[in-house]
Amino acid sequence: MRAYFTYFKLKFISSLQYRMAALAGIATQFFFGFVYIMVYIAFYESGSHHTPMSMAQVVTYLWLNQALLALVNQFSREEELFKIIKDGGISYELIRPKNLYFMWYFKVIGQRLANVLLRFFPLIIVTSLLPSPFHFGLPASFSHFLLFLFSLVLGTLLVTALTVFYPIVTLTTMNEKGIVNLMISIADILSGIVVPIPFFPTFLQKISSFLPFQYISDLPFQLYVGTISFEKGLFGMMIQFIWIILFLIIGNFFMNQSLKRVTVQGG
Amino acid sequence: MSFIEVRQISKTFRIARKKSGLKESIKSFFKRDFIHVKAVEDISFSIDEGEIVGYIGPNGAGKSTTIKILSGILIPDSGDCLIDGITPWKNRVEYVKRIGVVFGQRSQLWWDLPAEDTFDLLKDIYEIPEEEYQSTKNDLVNRLNLQDIINIPVRQLSLGQRMRCEIAASLLHNPKILFLDEPTIGLDAVSKQIVRDFIKKLNKEKKITVILTSHDMADITSLSKRIILIGNGHVLYDGSLKKLQNRYECEKYISIKTKDRLFIHKKGIYHKKKTKDGYDLTINTNEISISELLNVISKKITIDDIEIETDNIDNIIVKLYKDYQI
Repeated sequence: MRAYFTYFKLKFISSLQYRMAALAGIATQFFFGFVYIMVYIAFYESGSHHTPMSMAQVVTYLWLNQALLALVNQFSREEELFKIIKDGGISYELIRPKNLYFMWYFKVIGQRLANVLLRFFPLIIVTSLLPSPFHFGLPASFSHFLLFLFSLVLGTLLVTALTVFYPIVTLTTMNEKGIVNLMISIADILSGIVVPIPFFPTFLQKISSFLPFQYISDLPFQLYVGTISFEKGLFGMMIQFIWIILFLIIGNFFMNQSLKRVTVQGG
Repeated sequence: MSFIEVRQISKTFRIARKKSGLKESIKSFFKRDFIHVKAVEDISFSIDEGEIVGYIGPNGAGKSTTIKILSGILIPDSGDCLIDGITPWKNRVEYVKRIGVVFGQRSQLWWDLPAEDTFDLLKDIYEIPEEEYQSTKNDLVNRLNLQDIINIPVRQLSLGQRMRCEIAASLLHNPKILFLDEPTIGLDAVSKQIVRDFIKKLNKEKKITVILTSHDMADITSLSKRIILIGNGHVLYDGSLKKLQNRYECEKYISIKTKDRLFIHKKGIYHKKKTKDGYDLTINTNEISISELLNVISKKITIDDIEIETDNIDNIIVKLYKDYQI
C-alpha cells in the first residue's frame, strides 16, 4: 500500500515542477467557467419555462466542474503510460513485484490528485468572493456536503478505473487514439461536463442513468447544490460502487490477458 | 540442478507485414499479412550461482528476448526455465524480488525528479526495511560515486551519470541475479570502466550471478570467462571465452618492411600482399610456426622491420559471426 502512496507523492512532486502549466490550467478554467456561465445567463434571461436548476445552482455546479475538472474529467490521458507501452519502457514496470493494474491505477490517481490540488483552491477562493451572478455558493446542507465528499471520492475511483482501461487496451492495439477518442466523445456528453444532466431530455437522462459516466462528477455536484435528494444520493453512490467494482474486475481481467500476449516494442 | 536452468525455450512473434507504398498500405488496411518470426528457438543452457556469463550475438539474434523471458516479462511458447527454484513467468511477483535488471536502452528513473526520489519509491515497491535500504543505498552511492548526482533531476544528468544511477536503482533490493542488457551502450571509456569495475567487484564480494549482453566485446572480455553465443535464435557456442580466442588466435598478421622482393610459397601462408614498403602476410600458426617463417624469410631477404599482430576480440567476433553465417 505504501508503494502506491509513494507513487502519488512522486507524481505530485513531479507536477509541482511545472508551475507554468498549473498557472495556465487555472487561467483556462476561469475562462471556461465564465464562458459557460454567460451562456446559461443568456439562456435563463431568454425566459425559458422549464429550468431544472436555479441560476445560482447552475453557477455553483459549473464552478465545481471547473475547479475539479482535473480530478474527474475523462479526457486527461496518461501520456506516460501510452509512451512506455509504445517504446518498450514497460519492461521496467513488469519486473516490479507488484500488481501492474494497481500500479497504473495509483499512477493515474496520483496524477489527477496532483493536478487538482494545484488548481482547486485558487479557483474556489476567488469565485466564492465574486458577486452574483458569478458567485460560487455554499452547499445545500451539511448532510448534502458530506454526501458530496463521499460520492466525489467514489467518482474519482470510478473515473480512474475507466481511464486505466485506455492503456490496457493499448497493450493490444499499440495505439490509444481509437479507444480514447471513442470514449471521450461519449463521456464528454453523458458525464454532464458540458451540460449538467438535469438539462438533458428525459429519454437521454434514462439512457445515461444506465451508463457509468454521470456517476463520475454529475452525482457529487448535484448533491452539493442540492438538486438530488439525500435518498437518491445514497442510491446513486451504491451505483457508483457497483460500477467501480465492475471496472476493477474487467480491467484486471483484460490486463492479465494482454500481459500473456505482450510483446515489448523496440528490441 | 544448476542455479539457472533453461531448457529448450522457444518464442515466436507474430508481426504484421506491411510493404511500402500507398497501394500496399491500402491493401494491408483491409487484409493483414502476418509473418511469424522465431525470436529464439530451442535455447538451453545452465548457469551456476556466482557466475558472470556474457550473452553475445549480432543485432536481432534474440539476446533481449532471452533476457526478457528470463526476467519474467515474456512468456515463451514452449520450454522450461527454473531459476533459483522458480519459473519466472509462473510466479512473477515472487521471482522478480530476487532479480535486478538494467535495460541499457531504457530508463527506470523518473525523468523530472532526482534519482534519490526513484530510489525511495523502489524501497517502497520492494518493501525494503529502512535500515537495510539505507546501508545498501550508501554502499551503492559510494561504490558508484553518486554522492553529487543523486540530488540532481535525472533529465540534467549525462548519460554516464544516469547509467550509474540506473544500475544502483536495480540493486537496491539486493538481488541474487543481475541481468544487464547492454549496460554500457553509448557510454564513454571512463564511464564504461567504472561500470565494469563495479560489476566485477559486486560479483566477487556478493556472489551475485550476472548475465550480461553487450556489443562491446571489451565489456565481455573484462567481465566474463564464459560466453554464450546466439544467432538466429539458436545457441551456437557455449563455453570459455579463452577457448574461442585460441581457436582464432592461430591466425597472425605479419607486416614486413623491406626493400627486397620476396618470393615465398609455403603451406600456412595465406594472404600475401605487396605494400608500399614491404609485404603483409597472414599465416596460420598451426601450419607454420613464426620462427619457421622468420627463418625462411630472413634467408631470402633483409628485414628492415617486422610487426606481428594477433586478431583483437572484435575481429574474432566478426569472423565468428561469418563462420556461423549470422
